[in-house]
Amino acid sequence: MSVGTKKAGFGATVYEYLTTVDHKKIGILYLITGGLFFIIGGIEALMIRIQLAVPNNHFVGADTYNQVMTMHGTTMIFLAAMPLLFGFMNAIVPLQIGARDVAFPFLNALGFWLFFFGGIFLNLSWFLGGAPDAGWTSYASLSLASGGHGIDFYSLGLQVSGFGTLIAGVNFLVTIMNMRAPGMTYMRMPMFTWTTFVVSALILFAFPPLTVGLFLLTFDRMFGAKFFDVAFGGNTIIWEHLFWIFGHPEVYILILPAFGIFSEVFAHFSKKRLFGYSSMVFAVILIGFLGFMVWAHHMFTTGLGNVANAIFAVSTMTIAVPTGIKIFNWLLTMWGGSIRFTTPMLYAAAFIPSFTLGGVTGVMLAAAPADYQYHDSYFVVAHFHYVIVGGVVFGLLSALHYYWPKMFGTMLNETMGKITFWLFFIGFHLTFMIQHWLGLLGMPRRQWTYLPDQGWDTDNLVSSSGAVLMAAGVLILVANIVVTAVQNRKVGNDPWEFGRTLEWSISSPPPEYNFAQTPLVRGIDTWWLEKMEGKKQVTPAEPIKDIHMPNPSILPLFMAFGLFIAAFGALYHATHTKTGTTILVIGLAITLASMLIRSVKDDTGYHIKKEALMEREERGAGA
Amino acid sequence: MEIEQNFTAKTWPESPERATLEGRNKFLGFWLFLGGETVLFASLFATYLALKDKGPASMVHAKDLFELPLTFLATVFLLTSSITSVYAIYHMKNFAFKKMQAWFLITVLLGACFLGLEVYEFHHYVAEYHHTFTSSAFGSAFYTLVGFHGGHVAFGLLWITALMVRNAKRGLNLYNAPKFYVASLYWHFIDVVWVFIFTVVYLMGMVG
Amino acid sequence: MEHNAQMDRRHVEYEYRRRKSAEEMKYQVVSFILMMFLTIIAFWAVHAHLSKWFTIPVILLLAAIQVVFQLFYFMHMNHKHHEGPKLFIFGGAFVAFLTVLAFLTIIWW
Repeated sequence: MSVGTKKAGFGATVYEYLTTVDHKKIGILYLITGGLFFIIGGIEALMIRIQLAVPNNHFVGADTYNQVMTMHGTTMIFLAAMPLLFGFMNAIVPLQIGARDVAFPFLNALGFWLFFFGGIFLNLSWFLGGAPDAGWTSYASLSLASGGHGIDFYSLGLQVSGFGTLIAGVNFLVTIMNMRAPGMTYMRMPMFTWTTFVVSALILFAFPPLTVGLFLLTFDRMFGAKFFDVAFGGNTIIWEHLFWIFGHPEVYILILPAFGIFSEVFAHFSKKRLFGYSSMVFAVILIGFLGFMVWAHHMFTTGLGNVANAIFAVSTMTIAVPTGIKIFNWLLTMWGGSIRFTTPMLYAAAFIPSFTLGGVTGVMLAAAPADYQYHDSYFVVAHFHYVIVGGVVFGLLSALHYYWPKMFGTMLNETMGKITFWLFFIGFHLTFMIQHWLGLLGMPRRQWTYLPDQGWDTDNLVSSSGAVLMAAGVLILVANIVVTAVQNRKVGNDPWEFGRTLEWSISSPPPEYNFAQTPLVRGIDTWWLEKMEGKKQVTPAEPIKDIHMPNPSILPLFMAFGLFIAAFGALYHATHTKTGTTILVIGLAITLASMLIRSVKDDTGYHIKKEALMEREERGAGA
Repeated sequence: MEIEQNFTAKTWPESPERATLEGRNKFLGFWLFLGGETVLFASLFATYLALKDKGPASMVHAKDLFELPLTFLATVFLLTSSITSVYAIYHMKNFAFKKMQAWFLITVLLGACFLGLEVYEFHHYVAEYHHTFTSSAFGSAFYTLVGFHGGHVAFGLLWITALMVRNAKRGLNLYNAPKFYVASLYWHFIDVVWVFIFTVVYLMGMVG
Repeated sequence: MEHNAQMDRRHVEYEYRRRKSAEEMKYQVVSFILMMFLTIIAFWAVHAHLSKWFTIPVILLLAAIQVVFQLFYFMHMNHKHHEGPKLFIFGGAFVAFLTVLAFLTIIWW
């Protein structure tokens, strides 16, 4: 436990991160790991676009292409986008509500390590016989027929990772419900906290169907069950329902935090409070709620019947309404504001038209009869990349620049940031705009190559060229991060100036206890309110006293590692029964032993004494 | 309230599980987890309902498989164990540690009887009707739903036993009160799931 | 003097709490008996081989009532500080309902 700041060696820092239960460090872990998986997913994307740049290409063969395509989607959604979003939610939400950490710091670490080992497990498939190859949706008939262990890596890896996500969801919910600073009513919470709250509820209810679906797939493939075996009474549509009852809320889990980030960014860089706060909150809740009632729009062509198709078509179109409310509110936030086009603001501004384009093609897809033409074509690919890249990725890049100083104490270079933005923005539109036409011209998705002279050749080449620009943008971003780390120029509390919410009232990065005294919240945009009254610090809600902090622990890592080992055992037990079962048992034993140690060994944390606290605050850990 | 404080029956707070921040967090966190478990079991129920009686022609059907007396006895065991756990928490709130332990012990014994019956039941189906996890989609769905529930019961028994053993020497305090409370919430929840299982799987199965 | 007054108040509060607790425990036992009763009726309905159009809705209703007893009495959902739990159990029940409904209506062979 560090009361002062001492320069630690490399080994000590690694150990600190392996055992940390501090939400700020866990946020950084999510960012690093998510970032690495984003690069891997990006390389997979480049491979796809190189293969499709020209007809009859042989850059990769059909089998490899199916694996690359599957892993691109699975990695980007589960191992890049979600963890990166969690990274920001972890690092920032406790600060925004005036809390000292999340409700369950130990579980927070466990959630991260489960994601980490699940992701590693899934990607080890590349080296152990082949990656999953049935698409990120792994439909039951195709995935059951997939030879080798690829799909098993998918089902087990996502299962382990999914537990981590569920744990994180519960953690954020309890944190936001129980640990807001005095005076912070629900309607005074910043929008990023609100979206985190709704997203966590979505996670809580959407991940269990995925858990069940993955269990059924695992049981069928590895234990002889007959859920999807038609000859024995099974039904493959069960997989589709379970997957999409999860899968549709999942895409709202992806986009809502981005919406939250943009709400912060728009207000901050228009130097104006968010327009229509109550309707923004209402819209987020409505989107979350409606998100559970639209899943079968992914199944229009499976023969559900006219009535079902009609119901789901209408409910899908309805979601456009609260989303539209949000778009107008963001525009009205900018209107009349004093706008600064910093890098985060550039991404926010670019998000509005890009996401809207994706949204309107979504309404087109929602028309069930029309979807019979669009389904499984590049039109769908164009749509979801517009909303995911134009929405989620832009949000992540905006957040990266915006929250970097709060997380690391330095600022990313603005010039390089803007270069990345333009390269990425232009490349993105180049790649995906043309894909709308490719879809309308009949090009199917998930196909490893295509014949020449169907009118697709030039369009595909254009699409692939955009990918090169995006890659260049990302490379410059990596360079930016390296340069910033090397230069290491420290910044203060509020480096973007005119910060509105609580996180900007404390140092960058904050001390491990966040707030020396829990703040007293007197309105929305708490920090702005205090600044307008001439205060240098937020009004405290309590006198300085001893602070109770949680202990670090290596157990979360071991718990997750045990499941990682067990997954290998399960994977190989069908073909190598004795070894497989032994490894399965050993892995589970590691996890259970860690859980037992955790239950039996009392852990009531440690205290930072009042005197030490006052000394640190004077030395400048605070203002 | 400090987590390591010593109490008497009179100074013991009215809701000890909610007297500390950690306690309130555990309380809320566990209820939320139960919300997620509701959806998990619903997915298993839904799968079961879709695959009920679906299998090869020679497969036994639900109507001929399940038996009222066995199911009723199992239900009595589990429902009674639920009220005994309510008694245990009642004593916890009254700071009566030994009585709480006693009632939790009865709860565990009743739960073990339930599990024993279920093991016998599964064995009976496999031996008599060749109704197994792999013999049909109906079989896979039945054993997964009822088996997952049984697994939850087993985990609950281990959990309550571990709590009883671990805290045997130290009595009640604000550190372990939320733990006992949360374990009893879990135990009630698996009875809730069982009410749906005996209704939807067994009773509706026998009606046809 | 003051110390004694405080002790008296504490004692009175303690006694009140004990009595309230015991009363609630009585309600719990009554709930248990009712739940047993509902269970017996459900089993009897099936045993009596009544029309399935009657039996199935009835036993489902009985199950729902029993669950309400379990949640609101055994699990204390009728006490204060249970707004959060109520919201999320209701939310879970809603998604659960949609899932079961879908599997009963839009899965076919």
